[in-house]
This record gives sequence, structure tokens and C-alpha cells, in this order.
Amino acid sequence: MIFKTMVRKEKEQKSSYVEKDSAIVDGIDISGHWNKMYQPREIMNYDVTPLEDLRALPGAESIGNCYQCAQCIGVCPIDNVGDYGPRKIYRKLQMGMNLLESVDLWQCTTCMNCLRVCPKEVNMIDIMPAAREKAILDGKEVPAELQEMFQNCAEYGNPMGESPRKRARWAKKADVEVKDLSKNPEPVDVLWFVGDYYAYHGRGNDAAQAMARVLTKLGVNFGTLGAEERCDGDSQRLAGEKGLYEMLAEHNIEKFNSLDFKKMVVSGPHAYNAIKNEYPKMGGTYDVDHYTQFLSAMMDKLKPLMTKEFGKKVTFHDPCYLGRHNGEYEAPRTLLNAIPGIQFSEMFRNKEQGYCCGGGGGGMWLDGFMADNINERLSENRVKEAIAVGAEVLAVCCPYEVSRFEDAVKSTGNEGKLEVLDIIEIIDRCIEE
Amino acid sequence: MGDILVVAEHLNGQLDEATFELIGMANGLGNTVVALIGGTDEMVSQLGAASKVVKVDAAADFNPESYGAALGAVADAVNPQVVLTTGSSMGMELANSLSAQKNWPLAVAATGVSANGSVKAQAALFGGKIIATTDLGSGPCIVAVVGGSAPADAGRKEGSPAVETVDAPAGAGKVHFKKLIMPESADVDITTKDVLVAIGRGIGSKDDIEVAEELAEALDAAVAASRPIIDAGWLPKSRQVGKSGLKVKPKVYIALGISGAPEHLEGMKNSSTIIAINSDKNAPIFDVAHYGMVADLFDVVEELTEALD
Amino acid sequence: MKIVVPLKQVPDLVEDLELNDDGTGLDYEYLKMKLNEWDDHALEEAILTKEAGDAEVIAVALDGEDVDKMLFTALAKGADKAVKITGANPYAGNHEMAKVLANAISGMSPDLVLVGVQSAGDSDGWLAPLLAAHLGMPSVSVVTGLQVSGNTVTVHKEYSGGIMAEFDVELPGVIGIQAARQTPRYAPVSKVRQIQQSATIEEVAAGDLGDVVTSTVEEMKHPEKGGGAKMLSDVEEIVEVLKEKGVA
Repeated sequence: MIFKTMVRKEKEQKSSYVEKDSAIVDGIDISGHWNKMYQPREIMNYDVTPLEDLRALPGAESIGNCYQCAQCIGVCPIDNVGDYGPRKIYRKLQMGMNLLESVDLWQCTTCMNCLRVCPKEVNMIDIMPAAREKAILDGKEVPAELQEMFQNCAEYGNPMGESPRKRARWAKKADVEVKDLSKNPEPVDVLWFVGDYYAYHGRGNDAAQAMARVLTKLGVNFGTLGAEERCDGDSQRLAGEKGLYEMLAEHNIEKFNSLDFKKMVVSGPHAYNAIKNEYPKMGGTYDVDHYTQFLSAMMDKLKPLMTKEFGKKVTFHDPCYLGRHNGEYEAPRTLLNAIPGIQFSEMFRNKEQGYCCGGGGGGMWLDGFMADNINERLSENRVKEAIAVGAEVLAVCCPYEVSRFEDAVKSTGNEGKLEVLDIIEIIDRCIEE
Repeated sequence: MGDILVVAEHLNGQLDEATFELIGMANGLGNTVVALIGGTDEMVSQLGAASKVVKVDAAADFNPESYGAALGAVADAVNPQVVLTTGSSMGMELANSLSAQKNWPLAVAATGVSANGSVKAQAALFGGKIIATTDLGSGPCIVAVVGGSAPADAGRKEGSPAVETVDAPAGAGKVHFKKLIMPESADVDITTKDVLVAIGRGIGSKDDIEVAEELAEALDAAVAASRPIIDAGWLPKSRQVGKSGLKVKPKVYIALGISGAPEHLEGMKNSSTIIAINSDKNAPIFDVAHYGMVADLFDVVEELTEALD
Repeated sequence: MKIVVPLKQVPDLVEDLELNDDGTGLDYEYLKMKLNEWDDHALEEAILTKEAGDAEVIAVALDGEDVDKMLFTALAKGADKAVKITGANPYAGNHEMAKVLANAISGMSPDLVLVGVQSAGDSDGWLAPLLAAHLGMPSVSVVTGLQVSGNTVTVHKEYSGGIMAEFDVELPGVIGIQAARQTPRYAPVSKVRQIQQSATIEEVAAGDLGDVVTSTVEEMKHPEKGGGAKMLSDVEEIVEVLKEKGVA
């Protein structure tokens, strides 16, 4: 595997960045006579072509803004367990690294903690997809697990490679009716976009069935796309497969537009981000809520239904794509604080400072690859934090997280000490049958 | 009923086990004649269960072109009703070549052949998900048989069958055999291990093989694999179990994430105890396994390793 | 040099395979088809050979559902031309398919034909030797290593137990590929979409096949379930079994 040899090799090349004799910018003379030695200094003696090439990619321009303050390194979740961050990437680019051929291209989870603190707005959320897309189109090596995921999405419309026909099978075990609008279209109030993990993953099925029951108890007139639903495509877009994202989005938008509904409710923050912020660019604009927003707005109806106690010590993990990316920190907390008997405490790194679980930006399918670059999985680091604040239950509201954190509970030897539950599962447990 | 022509297979001076399986099968259908192309007199003496051997002097090493032409000449001399070949890399070349030369119908991947009126072959297709029965008519016809479909002992007998010699025809001379390449001395001979931990596509990625290696260590076992893992280069060829790999018969064969395609079963179905773990409850492996568990191997294997440590 | 790669669509085994009403074959109506993985390896070998020297790669397929997408994907991976054969049965057995392909390919005067050694549904033979017989070319199958030099291709044919045989085959010839040197490359969807806009697929009619050797599949069925395995429910039970067998 070529990645093993490309990790830390930077080349020094002679260049020709030489201090000017005099410089007047916007009418102001900024010539540096006072600190000139006997001849003009060389400011940089590195070949900055890799940096300039990257800056030239549409979307990646902001990489040029970095002035090496390192605020980003302090908050980068990967650097916490490895060696990474925008500042470091910028420095390596200056020293000749070609990002498109480096392992550094694939480590970023696009959690946005860096952008949050960057005084110069170096935007990894735009830079990474642009660079990754170029790498893929140029035929550069893509980590095998990620490539397999792309192939699965392209063939089957979901990253697991499961049969698209089986996408709605989970609904048979929901013990309530889940309207399949692809088979029997009818006007509904809410179109529920279920998502891949809810549809195909065992633990996701649990949350999906809980959601169906809760929506039914609330008297919501809802339906789904059944087996016609496809992956939202956001993680694929961020991992560089823009064409794949467009193909998936086009399909979903066509299906959405064929139906009559007032509001869309999504199970996961990645779908939320896609449908709210990206789908409009492709002609699909909808009134969309993450399920925590939808349910917290119905608190007057929901609260009286939750009669059973859930008297456990619970903490909450802010999903990057609901929190930092879309500014929603309160809705999940409104729901959790309404749970009867709950003993809720925050983790140290909460809300805007939430610590990424490692699943975003393609990270969900890069764990094998990342094992060579970090000393601990992000999800493991986070699980330890949950236990450190005394929690018995780690509440989440992103479908990627249940499997990531349950895995991490086992691999950190904490099996039995921490339960991982989607908020909807907790709500479901508090409602009488 | 016309003669049943069995095409003997040999590699590196040894007759393949599958040859005896075919002879046993042929004896159950009619009068068995064995085609021995490029073989030795010593091999003839092992073919006592057949009534006749038709020998063609040819190069000792298999060549699809010259052996294919030789088989055509044998078929002319014998005028058989059914031709049985192995389903191997060699047998299949000959089966297809003969079918094209003579325009005789062919069925492949067969696990059973019957001849009552018309000749019929049963095969497991689509990774074992479909059992198909093909009608080949009254003959002449050709069937390529999957290894392990019949007991070899039924066709093994020392003796001196009648020998007829047929001349090797001049071939087109466009395929030239250069040499045999033996595998690098294997780090482990999986055919001698009591316990094997075998991995299939369910393992997901090369990095995840570690999980299987840890289990193997806890059981003093070796890690083996099905074809996709070997083709991907994640383990050396010496670890491959199956039709194009090695045949193993360990005390315990633990199949992780292996669906149970016929090509793999051919290599391990005679293991004393087979334990299969697969997340698909309909995986064909559960039909041959003695014990099974429907689970994600990653959920089970680490726990199992810990329990054994 | 000119390399022709026939590509075939096969049922995707991720689906349950349903049978037609009279139980003689698959019900293709709802079946998901995908590129035969061995053909994908053949295509990869062809493109690697092209990248190493000077060659033209032509992808050929029988018209059927989603075949256009399969051919555009081949172009996105690096094939130079795509040809679709109309008026033939894409689900036919290999004897019939060999004849259809031979009719279309002989006019192209290829130097090398690379095709997957097998596909999951093969019931009446292997495509490479049958196609070679119609084209009057030599063939070797189950090849994992391929090297072209001048008018010869050197191949490694796999036997069991990891043993291989090296052959020199005089071109033009047909090689049945077992595995390419590396995993078949991925064609990004963006690229395939680009190609769909810009490239065209040539069409050629299947023509008369004459007599084709047939062996009729008279019955297809699902294997009986509830076979051997005693199902276990947790790790403890597995440990019990292992102890019982004396290995733990």
C-alpha cells in the first residue's frame, strides 16, 4: 500500500520568492528598507507550487489565508490523538507536500471545529471536498474501504451494499403502520427521510421502530419513501465523490417532488445538512427539520405522553453536523431535559466545543486507514469522556454514532458500563405502550 | 448405453484424486474408458477400476492446445456416449475444447450425473443459491464435474486394464508450455493443522484480518481464506481453501464471514467439525456446517478470543 | 495493439434469486444485474496493458438492461471504444454468446481478447475457449499474470495448491482472466457522468447465428433449507463445542 511510504516525506526545493526592493499596496508604502541587509532576503526558499495548485481549485482558495496562528490545532479532534490540523497542512504544502497524494487528504472528518476558531476563515469544509474530488478524478489512490463504500452507494444507493429492495423491511417490525408513499402515494403532513443506518443497521432499526411508534402516538400523519429512498449523499460529497452525491440527490429530489407533504423530518444530521443546505442548489428546497427540532416543537403534546421513568445518569454527544454546522444545540437538550427522572450532565467538551465521533467526511469508512495515523479512535476518546462524567447512558441523535460508540465501548473495555442510545429510543421507552 | 469416457488429470507426475472420483461415478453409469494423455505406465496401473485405458503419448505437462487436440482423437476412437472431465483449471479447458471441436453439448459445475434415457447433470450455480438440472440429450455429451462430488475410493483400484494407444495429432502449435512455478515455501501448511480459522468476504478489509489472527493464536490454529481474500492479495496463496486452492480436512474449521459458495465448499466440506459465523441467515455455508451462528463476526470473534484466553 | 474485452451482466447475488413461473430459469424482471466481476478483472488487465505500452481497448457487450451504463463505466475506466451488439439474448448460455461475440469481434481484427474466466451462472461452459474456437485462435484460461511482448503474450495459468504454469501464446489469442494484477479500479461517478455526455456507444447487429449447440436447463430450484447446522446463540456455546472437540 503506497500510503505507508508517503506519510512524512516533504521535499525542499529552491524557489524564487525574494523580497522586493520596494512595495506600495493600496497607496501605502510598505517597503522594508529599515530591516534590509546587504541584499534582498529570500523570504521563502520552498517550491510553493503545491500550495498554489491547491489554492487554484474552486472551493479551496481559503487555504491561502492561513497565517499559522495554530488556534485550529488546539481544537482539531484528530490532532488530539494524532498529528494533524489545517495549520500543519498549510506548512507542509509550503514545504512541497502534494496534498492530493498525501495521507493528510483523508484524515479530516470535516467537524468544523477549526473553522469555528480560525481568524482567517480557512475553510476545511470546502477545501477537503475540492481537493478530494480532484484526487479522485486524477486517479490518485483512494483508501480501499472508502472506495468500496463509493461503489456500494453507486450500485445500491446505500453505503453498506445491501439490496435496495430491502430498504423498507425494518418497518415490518415496527408494530405500527409506516406509510410507504412509493407504493401508495397520498398527501401527508410529514415526509420522514429515514436514512441508510436506520434502514439497514440492526441498532438503527431499533431507533427507526422507536421513531415510528413515537410519531404515531403523537398523531403525526407521516409517510416514507420506502425502498425508493437513497442515501442523502452528504458524506460522499465531502469525501470527494461529487458525481455520486449529485446522482443520489437527483434521485431523492425527483422522489420528493412527486409527493405531497408539508414538512420533511430527517433522522440524521448529515441528511439534515444535505437537504437543508445542499439540495436547494440542485433544485430541491424543502421545509426540513432534524427530528429533535420537530419533536421539541411538539413538547406540549409529547411531555404528557412520557409517563414512564428513565432514572439514569445521561450525558449527550453533540453531533457535529447538527451542532457546529447548523447551530442547533438546544433541541436535543429540550427533549432530554423533559425525560422523566433523567439525571443529565454535560461532558466537558460540549455544544460548540463538542468532540467529533470520527464518522463525518467519510470517516465512517476510514477506520482501518486511520488506525495507522492515530493512537486512539475519536469515538474511544469520547466514550472515555462520557464515563469520566459519571454517565451510564450516552445519548446521541446521529445514526452514525450508535454503532461507532457501541464499538468504542467494547474496544475500550467498558462493556456493561455505558449504554449508547439514540434520543428517540429513550423517548420511546418513556411512553406507555 | 455407450461408453463413459473419463479424462484423467495429472499434475507434476501424480494422478489427481478427482480422476478416481470420476471413475467411480462412471462405473455407476456404464462401461468406463479412461483417456490418459501425457501420462505414464505407472499411472495406468492405478486405473484398474476402469475397463480400458486409451493412452496418448504427449508432453508430460498439461497444454490446453495439444491435450485438447489429443482428446479429440481419443473421442474419435472411443465414440463415447458421455465424457466426464474434472471441473478444474485443466479439466474445464478440455471439456470446452472438446465441445467446440465436436459440437457436443456440455454441462459444467456438475455435482451429479444420471443417464436413464437422456443424460442429465445437476449443478449448483450462483454461489450455490440455485440447483440447476440440465438435459444433455441422449449423447454424445460432456459433463465437467466438481471435485468432491463422488467418493474417490470407489474408483481407486490397482490393476492392468486393457491399453489402447492413439496417436497425438499435430496441434496448431500456438500455445507453448514453458515451466511450472511452484508456490513459495509456505510459511504454514494449512493442510496439516488441526484447527483452521477461515475468513471470507465478510472480513471487510485487510486490517480486520487481525481479529481472525488473534482467534487463531488462541486456538493454536492457522488463518486460511476463501478466494476473494487471496485475489485481493491480503493473504498468500498458501492459505487459500477451495477449488483453486487447497483441500483441507481439519478437526475444526471455523468459517468467518464465508458465504459457502460451492467452489469454497469443495476445499473444506470434509472437515470433521465445521462452525460457521455469518450475518446472513440464508448463507449456503449453514447447510454444510455442523454448528452455526447468525451474527456479525466482529461482534463474536473478539469475545470468543477473550473467552479462550 | 488492439485488445477486445467482452463484458457480461450477471445477476447480483445480493438479491434473492427468484425463479420464473415454470421453474426452468431465473425471473429476470426484478433482478438487479451487475458487471461480472471476472470481466471487471479482464478489463483492468486490458487497461494496465494499455498503460504499459501502446494499445487500444475496445469494450463489447450484448444489449440489455443497464448495459449502456456498464459500457460508459468501462470508458471512464480507460477503454477507448465501446460497442453494443443488438438483437441477441444477453442471458443466453456461453455457447450462444460465444457465437454472437465471435461474429462481432472477428470484424475488429483484435490482437488479444481478454474475458473473465467464468461467471456465477455458467452452466454450459466457459466463454474464452468457446469464443477462441469460433475465432480460430489459441486460448488459455484461469490466468492471473499477463505480459505482452511483440506477437506473444506470456501468461500464468493457475492450478490448485498455488501451483502455476507459464505459457507463451502466439497472438492473436483469447485469454480467460482469473484475476488482474491489482484490484479493478473505481470509476468515479463524476467521470462516468462526464463520459455519458460526451461519448457514444457504437452499435452492431448480432446477425445470423446458425446452429448453436444447446444443452437445455430443464429445471432450476432453490436448495433445501434447514440443512445441517445446529444454530448456536452465544459465544459460550461456541466455547463448549470447541472444548468438546478437544481444541480449546
